Amino acid sequence: MALSHVLLGLLEGRQRYGYELKQLYDERFGASQPVKFGQVYATLARLRRDGLVDIAAVESGDGPDRKVYVITPEGVADLERWIVEPQQPAAFGRTALFSKVAVALLSGRPAAEVLDIQRAAHLVRMRELTERKRAGDAMDALVCDYELFHLEADLRWIELAGARVDHLRTELAHGGTR
Amino acid sequence: MTMHSLDGPTSVIAGEDLTKRFGATVALDGLSVAVGRGEVVALLGPSGSGKSTLLLCLAGVLQPDSGTVFYQDRPIKDLGDSALTRLRRREFGFVFQFGQLVPDLTAVENVALPLRLDGHSRRPAETKALELLGRLGVEDRARLRVGEMSGGQSQRVAIARALISEPTVIFADEPTGSLDSLNGELVMDLLLMAARERSAAVVLVTHEARIAAYADREVVIRDGCLTHYSTVT
Repeated sequence: MALSHVLLGLLEGRQRYGYELKQLYDERFGASQPVKFGQVYATLARLRRDGLVDIAAVESGDGPDRKVYVITPEGVADLERWIVEPQQPAAFGRTALFSKVAVALLSGRPAAEVLDIQRAAHLVRMRELTERKRAGDAMDALVCDYELFHLEADLRWIELAGARVDHLRTELAHGGTR
Repeated sequence: MTMHSLDGPTSVIAGEDLTKRFGATVALDGLSVAVGRGEVVALLGPSGSGKSTLLLCLAGVLQPDSGTVFYQDRPIKDLGDSALTRLRRREFGFVFQFGQLVPDLTAVENVALPLRLDGHSRRPAETKALELLGRLGVEDRARLRVGEMSGGQSQRVAIARALISEPTVIFADEPTGSLDSLNGELVMDLLLMAARERSAAVVLVTHEARIAAYADREVVIRDGCLTHYSTVT
C-alpha cells in the first residue's frame, strides 16, 4: 500500500495537519478513489508508532484535526529507500480485458471486431483524459498520461495479438510450419 | 457503400463513396467522410489501411477512381487545374510527418513561401510569418535554416507554414510521427489551438490512439473501409 509513503512524501519539506494531508492526497493521487479520513489517521498513527513521523504541535481544540505532523529523519530515510526500490511489475495478464480478448481470439473470433469494440470504449476515455490534461496542471498531466499510455498499450496489444493469432491460424490451415 | 450520411450541418470538406486502387491493391473501398467547420477529425488506422490515401484524395492531391470530394458542398472535380491549385494554396494547409520544409531556406522564408508563391511581396509575407512563428513559440528560430533546428522546432515551423494562408482546412498526416511523446503533445496542442482560433477544420491522420484522442471524433479505417465512426457527444 503506497498511502503511507505518499503521506511521507507530502510531509517531506513541510509539516501539515491530518486533514490537509487527506485533501492533498485526494487532489493529487486519489482523483478516482478518495481516501477516507479514518485511513489517513490510522496510517499516521502507524507511521508515528514506527518513528517515521512525529507530532510537531497540538493546537487547542477538539479532535485529531488539530495535530500537526512532521516527518522524522527515519521517515525521510524510509521514503528514499521506497522511491529507489523498483516496483514489482504487476501481473497485467490477470485483467478482465486480457481474458476477454484471449478467449475471443483463441475461439476463432475475428480480432478486428474485438479491437474495434474495445477501441471505441477506450477512445471515449482517452478523449476525456486528453481534455482533462490540456485544461489542467502538471500533476493532472502526470495522472492522465499514466492512464493514457496504459490504455494505448491495451489497444496495441489487442492489435498485435490479433495479427499473431491470424498468422498462427493461417499456419495451422497450411499444415503448420514447425 | 455510404456509411455516413451527409445531412446535418454543411461540411467544409467531404468525400462520398470514394474508391481508389493502386494496381491490384484497393486503397479506398467506397469510403465516405465529412468534416465540419472548426471540427477536428482523426483518421485512425494501421499503416496501409488507406488513411493517407483518403487524406490525399480529400486534399485534391490524388484523384479518386470513383466517388466525389466536396469542398463547401461543391465537387472539386468540377474545378479546373488552376482553380484546384489555387484552392489548395489558399484554403488548404498541410503538415506532414517530416515537415517537408525547404532545407535551404530559413524558417521565416519557409513559412512565408505559400504567400510568396501566391504573388505576395516579401516584406508583408515575412512579417506575417514572423508573427505566426511567435504564436508557435519559435520566433527565436526564425533566421535558422531547417537543418539547424530540432525535430520539434521544425514541426512548429511546418505548422506555421500550414497556417499562413489562413486555410479553412488543415490536413495533417502523422504530424507527430517523428517526434518524442512530449514534443508530439506540444505540436498537437499548438496545431489544435491554431486551428480552433481560426475555426479551421482539421483532418488528422494517425496510427496512434493517443494522438487520435485529441480529435473531436475519430474515423477508424482498415483495408480502405470505415469500420467505426464515433459521434460527437
